Amino acid sequence: MTNSIPEIENNDVIFVIGSNTTETHPIIGLRMKKAVRKGAKIIVADPRKINLVRFSTVWMQHRPGTDVALLNGMMHVVLQEQLVDKGFVKEWTEGFDTFRKSLADYSPEKVEKITGVPKKDIVSAALLYGKAKRPAIYYTMGITQHAHGTQNVFAIANLALMTGNLGRESTGVNPLRGQNNVQGATDMGCIPNQYPGYQRVDLPSIRAKFETAWDAKLSDKPGLTATEMMNAAMEDKVKALYIMGENPVMSDPDTHHTVKALKNLDFLVVQDIFMTETAQLADVVLPSACFAEKDGTFTNTERRVQRVKKALNPPGKAREDSAIILELSRRMGYDMKYNLIEEVLREIGGLWPAVAGITYGRIEKWGLQWPCPTLDHPGTPYLFKGGFPRGKASFTPVSYEPSKELPDKEYPFILTTGRQLFQYHTGSMTRKVKELNIVAPEAYVEINPADAERLKIADGDTVRVTSRRGSIDLKALVSERPSEGLVFIPFHYREAAANILTNPQLDPVCKIPELKVCAVKIETGHGGQ
Amino acid sequence: MIDLSINGLPVSVPEGTTILDAARFADIPIPTLCHHPKLTPYGGCRLCIVDVKGINRPVTSCTTPVAAGMEVTTTSPTIEKLRKTILELILSDHPNDCMVCEKAGDCTLQELAYFYGIRENRLDGERRVYAKKDDNPFIERNMEKCILCGKCVRICDEVQGVGAIDIAYRGFNAKVCPPFEKNLDCEFCGQCVSVCPTGALTGKAWGQRGRQKDIKEIETICPYCGCGCSITLHVRRNEVIRVSSREDTLNEGWLCPKGRFGYSFINNAARLKTPLIREEGQLKEATWDEALDFIADRLGKVKAKYGADSIAGLSSARCTNEENYLFQKFMRAAVGTNNVDHCARL
Ligand code: SF4
Ligand code: SF4
Ligand code: FES
Repeated sequence: MTNSIPEIENNDVIFVIGSNTTETHPIIGLRMKKAVRKGAKIIVADPRKINLVRFSTVWMQHRPGTDVALLNGMMHVVLQEQLVDKGFVKEWTEGFDTFRKSLADYSPEKVEKITGVPKKDIVSAALLYGKAKRPAIYYTMGITQHAHGTQNVFAIANLALMTGNLGRESTGVNPLRGQNNVQGATDMGCIPNQYPGYQRVDLPSIRAKFETAWDAKLSDKPGLTATEMMNAAMEDKVKALYIMGENPVMSDPDTHHTVKALKNLDFLVVQDIFMTETAQLADVVLPSACFAEKDGTFTNTERRVQRVKKALNPPGKAREDSAIILELSRRMGYDMKYNLIEEVLREIGGLWPAVAGITYGRIEKWGLQWPCPTLDHPGTPYLFKGGFPRGKASFTPVSYEPSKELPDKEYPFILTTGRQLFQYHTGSMTRKVKELNIVAPEAYVEINPADAERLKIADGDTVRVTSRRGSIDLKALVSERPSEGLVFIPFHYREAAANILTNPQLDPVCKIPELKVCAVKIETGHGGQ
Repeated sequence: MIDLSINGLPVSVPEGTTILDAARFADIPIPTLCHHPKLTPYGGCRLCIVDVKGINRPVTSCTTPVAAGMEVTTTSPTIEKLRKTILELILSDHPNDCMVCEKAGDCTLQELAYFYGIRENRLDGERRVYAKKDDNPFIERNMEKCILCGKCVRICDEVQGVGAIDIAYRGFNAKVCPPFEKNLDCEFCGQCVSVCPTGALTGKAWGQRGRQKDIKEIETICPYCGCGCSITLHVRRNEVIRVSSREDTLNEGWLCPKGRFGYSFINNAARLKTPLIREEGQLKEATWDEALDFIADRLGKVKAKYGADSIAGLSSARCTNEENYLFQKFMRAAVGTNNVDHCARL
């Protein structure tokens, strides 16, 4: 997030696109509701009638995968209504003229045809956002999990840039990170092309710095992303895989492909707290400590580094992940020595100044938001105050491209996947909590009443959902939430794993699979599993 | 700013401040039961009464705004007697359950009874009995212990925006319940539980797991979504028995059902407890030495034969920063490849 969570309540317009915030980020959802009580207006763009719609002023139910068209349509209106922040554009951005021309094609009339959103709603959303004083945009995987996810993100950035809505308190662009420490894992360099702190592995000066600090020869070749690793495993290019606390069998698209890839490895090590679907395929399984059994830090979605504290001992012989890595590393001839876990954070601060000012002592009670370069720095609640790191921000013209797999005669429905309130991610933790499974016991497919009637499906019937990649059987939940032609499946359930159906097609730039749109058909009469 | 005096002390507060807030600002205690700083004032319990010079009846300080020159007295024998009577009235209809009540030791009502020295009920009256139990899985609703402060109703409406419960019926029969007295069927955020001043609302899973004695409380961060809520783990004998959250946190003390009630996986019997190595197709128990030596040996051989880039590592968005840092350092410096990623994209 460029802003922080407490700033939400002072937004005057909140534009939520592709985020079912109240279910996936409940506490951020509460801040949004608080903002509404203080007079803010909410704009929701979502193919499903999510809870937040109840609190919204405008709801745009666009067809899945048409975000770029919708956003361009809004920007077209902003331009026509002269709501462009000329001063900001001139001082802080470049490429506006080319970008401006690229919007000509996206009149609200035309966008209505592509997205299914009535012209008048596109106009009122654009006016609301364009005229607001402290608006912020919030999005999650609904924007990024597309083959054109990068384009979606550019479109959002364009909208914020042209209206100058960036770099102020309660005003900005806010991707909401899904898991407790996704932000931290990325910050810490668990990405194939960057060291900790977003420092590129292929720049010689940076590599030299890390080689000195780590006293090791480092590779200058950017590595493979998670999804590429699976493909490389299929092609015998990756032979051994070490997985710590992840469950790709459940979380990756096209489960059959993932399982095949993992089975094709020479050697698979899985380190986790439970025998996950992925651990079952491993050659060695290592038992690790869970969050309550260790000391360290997590970084939340607003870049706040917060203190995780050990409350109890791990069960049996389970050990902290850090202890396991250090011991393994020592046995492989590379000895990393730390007396205290805090020394690791200090080492990180030495290599990445943005966290140099953060110590366990300072975050004992309240976390600090990076950048926090010095010990007396108060942390940074919002980014880009008084400018961008690279000087000027550029507009990136984007054009609408349909999703890779659209409904056709054989597969007439669009499937979109996501989370629900009572379960979490692949379910490896929440599925073990009895109470949560009483209220959210099984997988379901949300289907619009009109579609259900046409297919003679009653609420609670077992149906079979099939894509080009596989089939799953699950309960139908007849609901007004999805529009006609759209179905939704939460991906937490191993019995009916939504990712058996999804499309592994990747975004060419950031390699995110297209989990939010694929074509499926729905059949009845298979009589259960 | 408005100038007034409380117990003879000059106090200056912004216009619109209530007498209660002004007193708290000046560090002068006033007992309350139905007040919550983040909810609209209610004025239901009358425990917060104070004397204001010139007004001949005591006023509820939580609903009365300050005025210039006001002279407030927060305590006097008459006021304390009135407060005691109010408490006795509440207790006349309260099960004397403290021995087995989950809330004992952390109960506002019990604490007030203690300070006002109320042991037996002078006013022992008719008791409400609610035979029907709510069988939702999360929240124990013990309505005999409800004092109708309305905090749960307000929080559900004003903070959570759900409105799952309300006060139904009147007078002696008044009661907090979902529509038509059905089982609670809501978002199960437990916000209502967190503000209940008595044992009327508690967590079902808390039952007889421990109260205040021998409990360690550890402040940490929720393991689920990216909001990063602060949670307090209540631990007894190496087991998490309850989760709560302090009010002075980023999440203001509010949590979602996963954060508040989703903790039992920690002590789940199915947790992995020992390293396992696959032998003849089966995963068999092994020691740490065996497992780690085996991995070091196999990774070493793969690297020697196919090169470092034939090895890859997936790290976890659920592990700490320190662990993620060590993991990528291991892959880059010990193994020698940049093939390291996590599931940010998924
Ligand atoms: S658990 Fe949450 S939604 Fe349910 S009644 Fe309590 S406050 Fe309302
Ligand atoms: S309590 Fe709920 S909202 Fe808060 S971090 Fe945990 S999962 Fe997220
Ligand atoms: S606290 Fe003022 S009436 Fe209850």
